[in-house]
Amino acid sequence: MTFIINGEEQEVAATTLADLLLALDYEGGWLATAVNGELVHREDRADFRLGERDRIEILSPMQGG
Amino acid sequence: MLKLYDIEVRSRLLLGTARYPSPAVLAEAVRRSKTEIVTVSLRREAVGGKAGGAFFDLIGELGVRVLPNTAGCHSVQEAVLTAKMAREVFRTDWIKLEVIGHHDTLQPDVFGLVEAARILTGEGFQVFPYTTDDLVVAERLLEAGCRVLMPWCAPIGSAKGPLNPMALRAFRAHFPDVPLIIDAGIGRPSHAATVMEYGYDAVLLNTAVAGAGDPATIAEAFALAIDAGSLAHGAVPLEPRDIAVPSTPVIGKAVFS
Repeated sequence: MTFIINGEEQEVAATTLADLLLALDYEGGWLATAVNGELVHREDRADFRLGERDRIEILSPMQGG
Repeated sequence: MLKLYDIEVRSRLLLGTARYPSPAVLAEAVRRSKTEIVTVSLRREAVGGKAGGAFFDLIGELGVRVLPNTAGCHSVQEAVLTAKMAREVFRTDWIKLEVIGHHDTLQPDVFGLVEAARILTGEGFQVFPYTTDDLVVAERLLEAGCRVLMPWCAPIGSAKGPLNPMALRAFRAHFPDVPLIIDAGIGRPSHAATVMEYGYDAVLLNTAVAGAGDPATIAEAFALAIDAGSLAHGAVPLEPRDIAVPSTPVIGKAVFS
């Protein structure tokens, strides 16, 4: 399916959010995810089914002030 | 001790983690400042990227409390979602809430700020709002459930120091029981001492430390200045006056002519 991942259009063979993270080599307990502007909790990613052109944000900790 | 929501801290300095020359310099600045709270952010992680993980581990090793921020958010929706994502990562209800309204000054959008604060406190967040020195906005933030206020003293990163002492003093006087943290615009330790002399409870710094020639040493200088200002405020310093007053008694002065 085609997704908009962190603002970039990408083709990924995944049907759930957990599958998508695995396919793109995202890992770690420090990641936060949102789909179409809504937070998806870590424990819900395996059951969260993705749809065509879903907008997915994958954030991680960064320096800030 | 300073109480921020339900947490007591000894240090009255909060430190940002951005723009340091290296992670080692950041770690040394945190150590020398004796801060107990650092601010952090969230950004998009690259495919296969592990940058966030390395930073997450570094922060964990510092042994300090984390205050995540919504820096760079320009809308209520963006700030609220970023806050929720930050809670997911850092497992804290604390959030430094920024809703930026102006590109050049980085002045908060105070209308959006109040709205976002109301939504977030309703969802159990303990909000630290980055705001202006406007008393009415501050009242609205308290009504929205904020229990700490963080007015700027000058634009973020400008190093200008307190631009409007009258407003900052009025702000302090108007909210005697609310923890007040100066959040932006400090450049030098003397600026920090000055706002602490006004009676502020703490100072949040980033660029003033990270951008200095020797960040770790200036972090320690800031810590000393903040303590000095705090101590001075408690001691009730003299108010300035327009005429001279001799400090040596006139009575008993010798007459030689």
